[in-house]
Amino acid sequence: MLVTNLTILVLAGFVGFAVISKVPNTLHTPLMSGTNAIHGIVLLGGLLVIGLAGNSAFNKVILVIAIAFGTINVVGGFLVTDRMLEMFKRKPEPPPAEDAEQ
Amino acid sequence: MLATSFLQQADFLRILYIVAFALFIYGLSGLTGPRTAVRGNRIAAVGMAIAVIATLLDRGEGNWALIVIGVALGTAIGVPAARRVRMTAMPQMVALFNGVGGGAVFLIAWAEFRNTGGYRGEPTYFAVFSLFAAIIGSVSFWGSNIAFGKLQELLPGRPITLGRSQQLVNGVIAAAAVACAVAIVAGSHSQLIFVLMLIAAAILGNLVVLPIGGADMPVVISLLNACTGLAAAATGFELDSFVLIVSGALVGASGTLLTMMMSRAMNRSLANVLFGAFGQVQAGAGTAAAYEGTVRSVTPEDVAIMLSYAHKVVVVPGYGMAVAQAQHAVRELADELEKKGVEVEYAIHPVAGRMPGHMNVLLAEANVPYPALKEMDDINPEFPQTDVALVIGANDVVNPAARNEPGSPIYGMPILNVDQSRQVVVMKRSMATGFAGIDNPLFLDEKTAMLFGDAKESVLKLVSGVKAL
Repeated sequence: MLVTNLTILVLAGFVGFAVISKVPNTLHTPLMSGTNAIHGIVLLGGLLVIGLAGNSAFNKVILVIAIAFGTINVVGGFLVTDRMLEMFKRKPEPPPAEDAEQ
Repeated sequence: MLATSFLQQADFLRILYIVAFALFIYGLSGLTGPRTAVRGNRIAAVGMAIAVIATLLDRGEGNWALIVIGVALGTAIGVPAARRVRMTAMPQMVALFNGVGGGAVFLIAWAEFRNTGGYRGEPTYFAVFSLFAAIIGSVSFWGSNIAFGKLQELLPGRPITLGRSQQLVNGVIAAAAVACAVAIVAGSHSQLIFVLMLIAAAILGNLVVLPIGGADMPVVISLLNACTGLAAAATGFELDSFVLIVSGALVGASGTLLTMMMSRAMNRSLANVLFGAFGQVQAGAGTAAAYEGTVRSVTPEDVAIMLSYAHKVVVVPGYGMAVAQAQHAVRELADELEKKGVEVEYAIHPVAGRMPGHMNVLLAEANVPYPALKEMDDINPEFPQTDVALVIGANDVVNPAARNEPGSPIYGMPILNVDQSRQVVVMKRSMATGFAGIDNPLFLDEKTAMLFGDAKESVLKLVSGVKAL
């Protein structure tokens, strides 16, 4: 089990390097934010552990907090990245009326 | 019933997890270009949704109510925060999201410790990974919160240090955390030791980030992001979940790479950023930083004339422009100048704003065309042919001291060579120093004219000035 998991770890690390080394400078902030959202996967850990039998009341409290934290990480992270990236999309020329508003 | 049991088969769930991490990798590869990036991020989000659904199918006990409470709480906090945050506040938002991720990691490790009665009957590697996750998660949680506090200006941006003993104290506390972990691996089941370890890690997180100056904070956030990724991977070992391991390793690798790129952009080693060299140099050279010369102040009308009769203008936007929300006005100015046949380009320093690419986001928000944004290496050779360099709220990234003065704390950091253009106009609120707290000889250069005032108001005055000509 340990060796299989270590194999997965090492391979995934190299995949991470390979995929990300191609990201242009301009997209570094969204990238940071996007990968930040992905490590919100620890939410799964909270869900798995709270599902085990025999959690004490104290455990339940800290696990609910952990689930809330994980959810903030995931939901907030993806939404914020999406907002940032939307701005990079080629937009149609804004009509003059909107221009004056700014 | 049959359908449910099929859905709960281990292989089916594993396939869902594989689909999830494949989507993460595919989504991340979409982030390599501005056109595919939005889709890439959404694909990764779909992967996350699949992973969460698979986990919910996987679970034994109920406790659904608690899960609903936790998720609802997280959504209620996360969604409005992400929706409302201003683009200028993005770095601290990322810091905060990163911090809560680290918080989740150490809380899960703690619950696991308690569930197993201090890792009784678990293999050694289980304890090792769990303790690693607890320490790193706690450091990341507290470190990110301090980074948030500094960027949000709840805490002073300047380095807060214990002086020379800082590294010694950090070392002792790190050793204390590791010693607690070793005691537990060696067979102690005491929760007190575990809690002491968490506290030591918390203090360490505070002490490591507090001495780092605000200007270096993005590097730190990136590093903490990588740390949280590794801690998530460790949680994956603890729970025997390969999807956690893959995702954590992806984030760990990307965060490390990004951190190295950012340090390189500032021409400093990571060790130099982390171990407070900034504070030390400043203390030594702080008194010598008086430059000779006079400040020449100009009116917006003068600058409007200067710009209108130029052939080529390079705009150098900085954080000051972002704070004043002047990016829309700047684009309007560029449009007016282009109508008069002036060539306008934007020079983007890799660490302009407070994160790499931060300035690009802000300018994209204002509909500045993507090709007009020039990176440092492309624009620097063009400054000698530039008639006017218009520096809007940037300071440290145009400081020639980084090139000329070995004693300067930012010596060696690559800068935009605006001082090589024929004329320089610096728009600034006052003569205050930049985020790094260093004087800038550019402002006293005889080619430089200073236009004081709020960036947005000044730019709007320039727009009307240019229109009137």
